[in-house]
Amino acid sequence: MPTDFKIQDGALIVAPSGEIDHHETKRLREEIDREIERCVPVRVVFDFSRTSFMDSSGLGLILGRYRRATEKGIEVEIANPGEKITRILKMAGVDKLISIKGVVK
Amino acid sequence: MKREKLNEMKMKFRALSSNEGFARIVTTAFIMPYSPTVEELADIKTAVSEAVTNAIVHGYRSNGDKYVSLTAVMYSDGSLTVSISDKGCGIPDIHKAMEPLFTTDAENERTGMGFSIMETFTDKLRVVSRVGEGTRVTMTKRLSVFSK
Repeated sequence: MPTDFKIQDGALIVAPSGEIDHHETKRLREEIDREIERCVPVRVVFDFSRTSFMDSSGLGLILGRYRRATEKGIEVEIANPGEKITRILKMAGVDKLISIKGVVK
Repeated sequence: MKREKLNEMKMKFRALSSNEGFARIVTTAFIMPYSPTVEELADIKTAVSEAVTNAIVHGYRSNGDKYVSLTAVMYSDGSLTVSISDKGCGIPDIHKAMEPLFTTDAENERTGMGFSIMETFTDKLRVVSRVGEGTRVTMTKRLSVFSK
């Protein structure tokens, strides 16, 4: 599934479409890290508005990027996760580390 | 009331990461006739994804020549049982493996949340494992439409 990358006001918006599982994270991880290296953004925003499914592999992907970005002084944000993804993010306590915008309920 | 098996499905697939999505699709197709709610469907898909990923990544260390088995049974009382098993390395300490955030593979960004998610998203989780023989994860989820 293709992932959209966009720069907006110095922030790198990463919008993965489809399902994020262990199979997809291998590729996603490389793509996102490459884009972060290339554009050195002030902030990375994960936009999940087009993501239909995510399991714990997605949590690992987000937390791994968060760790690397924080080391470089880059902020990380999550946008539009929808109900299902919000549930899994909260279960793992990701919402305590990373701010989530546009949460359903 | 005696509980009967309404339907049963068994399959085997190679321990390839591309089969994680395949296992979710097949399980979804199996339970669709029993009108699961959107939330129940999402819970089952996520739990199956975690168990299959564990079998591939941990059980078989991603050796795609090995096979993962999946069995699903739908019962007349509205409960669904999904069993995922491998003949891989087995888990030396199941209690430790089931602790939230415990992982043996942090360098590949595994979070150690797999079993916690399976436990939270299903009604019952049972794990049987023997070192050198393999692991079987059995999850039960009751579908609400049957409870009427």
